[in-house]
Amino acid sequence: MAKFDGYKDIYVFVEQKDGNIADVGYELISEARKLVASMPEMGFNVVGVLLGSGVKDKAQDVIAHGADKVIVVDDPLLKDYNTQFYTDALTQVVNEFKPDSFLTGATVEGRDLAPRVAARLNAGLTADATKIAIDLDKVKDGEALLLVTRPTFGGNLFGTIVCPNTRPQMATIRPKVFDMAPVDESRTGEVIEFAPAWETTEPEVTILEVEPKEAEGVDITKADILIGAGRGAEGSLDYLKQVAEELGGEMCATRAVVEDGFADKAVQVGQTGKTVRPNLYIACGISGAVQHVAGMEKSDFIIAINRDPEAEIFKIANLGFVGKIEEVMPLLVEEIKKAKAA
Amino acid sequence: MNIVVLAKQVPDSTEITVDKNTGTLVRDGVPSIINPDDLAGLEAALELKDKNPDVKVTVLSMGPPQAAGMLQECIARGADGAVLLTDRRLGGADTCATSRTLAAALKKIGFDLIIAGRQAIDGDTAQVGPQTAERLGIPQITYVDEIIELTPEKVKVRKQLEDEEQILESKMPAVLTTLSGMNKPRYMNCVDIVESFGKPVQTMTFDDLDLPLEVVGLAGSPTKVHATFTKDVSAKTETFDLPAAETAEKIAAALKEKQLIKK
Repeated sequence: MAKFDGYKDIYVFVEQKDGNIADVGYELISEARKLVASMPEMGFNVVGVLLGSGVKDKAQDVIAHGADKVIVVDDPLLKDYNTQFYTDALTQVVNEFKPDSFLTGATVEGRDLAPRVAARLNAGLTADATKIAIDLDKVKDGEALLLVTRPTFGGNLFGTIVCPNTRPQMATIRPKVFDMAPVDESRTGEVIEFAPAWETTEPEVTILEVEPKEAEGVDITKADILIGAGRGAEGSLDYLKQVAEELGGEMCATRAVVEDGFADKAVQVGQTGKTVRPNLYIACGISGAVQHVAGMEKSDFIIAINRDPEAEIFKIANLGFVGKIEEVMPLLVEEIKKAKAA
Repeated sequence: MNIVVLAKQVPDSTEITVDKNTGTLVRDGVPSIINPDDLAGLEAALELKDKNPDVKVTVLSMGPPQAAGMLQECIARGADGAVLLTDRRLGGADTCATSRTLAAALKKIGFDLIIAGRQAIDGDTAQVGPQTAERLGIPQITYVDEIIELTPEKVKVRKQLEDEEQILESKMPAVLTTLSGMNKPRYMNCVDIVESFGKPVQTMTFDDLDLPLEVVGLAGSPTKVHATFTKDVSAKTETFDLPAAETAEKIAAALKEKQLIKK
């Protein structure tokens, strides 16, 4: 007999706003499919949980993105996200359907909702994860132990967290760490409507006003690829911009470059600027002062180019190159173009 | 009106060691600061106190005995009092156990409003605030960057979301989680520091809480650390000193390998 009898399947919270489903839900469904495929003997399904008002017709989209089943809670109380009714509904979904694992996007909404649900259920919740896997050694004992890996201490340490004694195993997972699988409109699946029992329908928190945030031009915190300019790159900024463009990224800069008037304050990275964590950060002519490093050391992969072989930046880079920016960058533009053409 | 600010002492350093036996972090010997989001929460509470002398601000922290120093600083900054919940039996707690413990302490202390930092820089979970609210059965508003209005019945705040800002109103009591950067924390002057010693930090232990032992600390934590490892960055740094053309080739090859060049 399985250790957690009655608990099965990997559930994904499908976040939506005004009927528009956030990508992260589909990213998690795509990754959950891989987890399910890694342990066929468990016979698990991927189940989407869709909460909202007037969202029932979106269930087929969730299936097309890879869900086997969708549980829909369609209720006017769920029209706009609110902690209270979403927690009430989701907790009842969990108690009714008993998911083995429950994944939520680590968005503002997901990180408001999942902790509350986990506390009500006394379930373990791992925050802001960047990797999930199944402990395949445990599968033969009928257990789908979820290994959840997350950065901690500002990305200096990674921890793999498990919930060996409780179900569901809950995690919030950072958007954009998993790829979305291609959509298959012909996929079929089951749609289950669930009506929660509301203890109260009186809201504790009300939304008085909503204001869209002012766009401030380029948002470097959302870029997947950043080309960072330091003083050593001030004469080659056009080439940095070209590399950024070829890679679909943005250029950012150190405080020195901003103060010298070569870049806008909005693209300054570091202690007095912005904190970024792109997939790729190419540090060009950046010495690696702690004030700058503090704002970019969480980047997944760091390449540094600097003429000074003793530059501090090489200590935190995955790949370091001693060289002059004005020589390397024009050639790099050509190399990337070549790779794209190949 | 009693405002309780939840604060955590966190290491102000990248010098991290890991206990090989438990896989948990060793905090001893690392310089410590008050967690930035919590400091913003304290400042927000003190600003409310500036406007309304009836507001009483108490800071609550769960942590090792040395966290008393941080709490004494909170008093020097203007808090009316501080409570340190410290007990070896509470150690190793995850957010599930921590929130249970804090909620039990909060019930003893009494509160009208609870302000917690959004997340701690040593864990980044952002879970303790919402989970404490759940344990207490009261509403929460997370990611708050301004407390607009506070009355005994309601609190009105601005919340930051990815693409929008919301003005929200919650019934009291409530838990707010605050973002660093929402304000500029005040400084302590010498007089404040000296005077703060007239208001010593109070301590509470597990015995002051009405909780069974098995729901706190490591034992009461559903999440367990399975493994820890450091970022492979520092371990795998490779530095090359090559002619410019080879450098460019090598960078392009690395980008291709990582599928960062998209056609």
